[in-house]
Amino acid sequence: MAKNLVEFRNLKTFFYTEEGVVKAVNDVSFSIREGETVCIVGESGCGKSVTALSLMRLIQSPPGKIEGGEIIFDGRDILKLSEAEMRRIRGNEIGMIFQEPMTSLNPVLTIGEQIMEPLMVHKLMTKKEAWNKAIELIKQVGIPRAEQIMTSYPHELSGGMRQRIMIAIALSCDPKLLIADEPTTALDVTIQAQILDLLRKIKQERNMALMLITHDLGIVAEIADYVVVMYAGKVIEEAPVRELFKNPKHPYTRGLLKAKPIIGQRQERLYTIPGQVPNPIGLGDYCYFSDRCEYAMDICRQKIPQLAADENGHKVACWLYEGEWKK
Amino acid sequence: MTQFIIRRLLQSIPTLIGASIIIFLIFAMAPGDYVTSQLQNPKMTEERAAQLRALYGLDKPLPQRYISWASGVLKGDLGDSLLFKKPVVRVINDFIWNSFILGVAIMFFEWLIASIIGIYSAIRQYSVFDTIATLLVFILYSLPSFFLGLVMLKVFAVDLKWFPLGGMITTGSNYTGWAHIVDVSKHMVLPVATLTLISVGGLSRYFRANMLEVIKQDYIRTARAKGLKERTVIFKHALRNALLPLITLFTLELPSLFAGAMITERIFNWPGIGKVVLEGIYIRDYPLFLGYTMLITVLTILANILADVLYGVADPRVRLK
Amino acid sequence: MDQVNVNQPLDYKKKNNLKKAPSIWRDAFHRFLKNKYAILGLVILTFMFLFSFVGPYFSPYLDAKIDVSKGNQPPSAEHWLGTDNLGRDVLLRLMLAGRISLTIGIAATLIIVLIGGMLGSIAGYYGGWLDVIIMRLADIIYAMPGLPILIMLGAIMSDLKIPPPQRIYYVMFILGFISWVGLARLIRSQILSLKEQEFMLATEVLGLRDSKKIIKHLFPNVLPTVIVSATLGVAGAILSESALSFLGLGVIPPTPSWGYMLSAANNMIDFAKRPWLWIPPGVAIMLTVVAINFIGDALRDAFDPRQKI
Repeated sequence: MAKNLVEFRNLKTFFYTEEGVVKAVNDVSFSIREGETVCIVGESGCGKSVTALSLMRLIQSPPGKIEGGEIIFDGRDILKLSEAEMRRIRGNEIGMIFQEPMTSLNPVLTIGEQIMEPLMVHKLMTKKEAWNKAIELIKQVGIPRAEQIMTSYPHELSGGMRQRIMIAIALSCDPKLLIADEPTTALDVTIQAQILDLLRKIKQERNMALMLITHDLGIVAEIADYVVVMYAGKVIEEAPVRELFKNPKHPYTRGLLKAKPIIGQRQERLYTIPGQVPNPIGLGDYCYFSDRCEYAMDICRQKIPQLAADENGHKVACWLYEGEWKK
Repeated sequence: MTQFIIRRLLQSIPTLIGASIIIFLIFAMAPGDYVTSQLQNPKMTEERAAQLRALYGLDKPLPQRYISWASGVLKGDLGDSLLFKKPVVRVINDFIWNSFILGVAIMFFEWLIASIIGIYSAIRQYSVFDTIATLLVFILYSLPSFFLGLVMLKVFAVDLKWFPLGGMITTGSNYTGWAHIVDVSKHMVLPVATLTLISVGGLSRYFRANMLEVIKQDYIRTARAKGLKERTVIFKHALRNALLPLITLFTLELPSLFAGAMITERIFNWPGIGKVVLEGIYIRDYPLFLGYTMLITVLTILANILADVLYGVADPRVRLK
Repeated sequence: MDQVNVNQPLDYKKKNNLKKAPSIWRDAFHRFLKNKYAILGLVILTFMFLFSFVGPYFSPYLDAKIDVSKGNQPPSAEHWLGTDNLGRDVLLRLMLAGRISLTIGIAATLIIVLIGGMLGSIAGYYGGWLDVIIMRLADIIYAMPGLPILIMLGAIMSDLKIPPPQRIYYVMFILGFISWVGLARLIRSQILSLKEQEFMLATEVLGLRDSKKIIKHLFPNVLPTVIVSATLGVAGAILSESALSFLGLGVIPPTPSWGYMLSAANNMIDFAKRPWLWIPPGVAIMLTVVAINFIGDALRDAFDPRQKI
């Protein structure tokens, strides 16, 4: 059993806005093992990106602030590191790619410059060494004519190519973990498939852990080893991927799976989970999903359910299963 | 690239012609002319006035005067200044370099101070520095430049006597070499300070706004996620982008190096082209005024073209193929 | 509840504690009021208006005759800002001058908005040769140095012996005609980009008349820019007029103006020994313009918080 690479323990990241406190990440705990692919799933605004940004300590402060908990990465608590130590981890031991390839690259610097930067800063390569490694990386992410690309500018590349470059940059220093925040959301479906293939291949070659954030269950099914479902800043269910799809426990997860149309199956109407994600400000101490849940009981509106596990390693936070399982 | 420049130059010709016509018409509107303003002089008789008019060509019909003036301009002949009785070109040449010295000093300090304040304000948004700087800046660009000049003169020259009352050199002096430079510099302090303070405000806000805009961008987040030092993120990644629109601004400001600040020069009695032209207006020295205005117009048009070219050079997205 | 709930219950909004959907105007209004500088600006500006338009009625010297013997007195209990060379109360002159300067500033700006708005909209909306002509004209005017031309026009006004009361109007118009280019270009580029947006395509599909499209759809979207630009334009107009009047080529006596009062400083004695003559008008201009700038800046932030500086 591979050991834990990342462990989130009771992470709390809040945003202090004019209208109130947004508890974007509200007591989140889960782990990522070495070489494992963990998908964080949930609707927009559920806190998945903020969790990742907290790990990278890239939270804009103000208005955000990591208020509590621990994030253990490779044995060290990220939250206790100095900024200088953190910088040595970013881009070096942890790589990150973002959702919008169109705007994630600096428009006035060449691709080559941007790939070479982390190599020269973290691996202390000379310009020549960095240049060669960069070309290698470009080839690895499946882009032909690497030499030409090195001297091109971002606006000369397509969205898919830019995302590949982002991956190349993130991988340049052989990180132990790659965080991908909705990497394919802004891309065409065909390109999406290519990018996913690429990620899978790289992961295998390097035995790298992958933390993939998405709202698309199709991607989860394709690539995940383990799934963490978040809602309104909390983890409400987590399980190995097969187990989750076979046996969704939480009504929200069930709703998500039900909402995905299946090819070949006829449906009159697409299913949607009724209601809306609650206003993140001023949430009280009860199950946040309760007012949309068809199985809601009285206790759901009064107390927050905690995550509890069963023998299969399947965890869920829901009063429906309270008592059935041990915490 | 050359094609672009040529095309733009050709495009500016109609603009130039249009401007020259408008400028000429404005002066033609005036009922009085140089000769009229000299009618105060008891020696001037109607006869003499008519003679002078014929001499200066002031009695010919309008379109003809325009053509003769315009063709002269094309040959580099801007006519003769009535005030100085010398070719306008010579007059301009005599005084414009004094304005140029002021202009260079002002632009230098203005951009230096504005960039420091602006960038620092952006990095430390909402800090005490930012708040105070913003307030000061607002006040500075709400002041009429001549008022600030007068106040500076009163406080520093009249009351405190730290700096001379005006002029470019100490009257009656005969300094050369280093002493001359020091003397001129002392005289430059107040006018440069005045105009720098006035312009620093707006410019620093520009720097600040651009930096803030750029810092919010995704690629800055990427740069940080690469583990780069914050200094690198700000100066290499952010600044390069924030400076782009400022290049345009800088280029468009270049004509002001030659324009001379009319009112400020007058207040400080600085022998620049601005002051001279202003005096020319008071006595209706049209050739001088026409020549000067056309010069500035030409410089402005050229600066516009240059700004576009430079922007293309700086921003790879716009690079002219 | 397995089916989709397309028709949400009527009290859905109330149940979910949703507030009334804010319009951009309401939003902007609230954001504006939250800005401390904006409030300060409003207070100062209101004060300046009251000072200029209402103040004189409180002055005991409103109908005073010219009494040169009382001339050039420093500030005292009777004359808070002293007297000028004709024995007139400086404070009163300041108020009366304020009326003129403020009026010219606003009027000139209205002209700018009218000309610039119209030309910019026509150029942007209709395009084609109309656009070319208007933009050419704009280029020409823009290339010419503003201040020298303003000064020249001022001198011509003097030569044409235009009587002082009428000069006010001429000054307004001249300022307006010189300065409309910036606003016109701004509006034109906004309309050009708005035209491409899908909601305009929708109006086309709906078969709306041109005028309706412009007034009901394009115009409200352009309005925030116009408001911000106009507000800041008033500041610019006031500064320009004061410069002209300072040179004696704008508004001239007996019409009072802050700029003209400042020209007292041209006299060496007045400059050095009688600061009460020329410092107050300068301060008055500064306060007014600062206030306008605060307000204009706050308006800009209020309408587009993304650009909040």
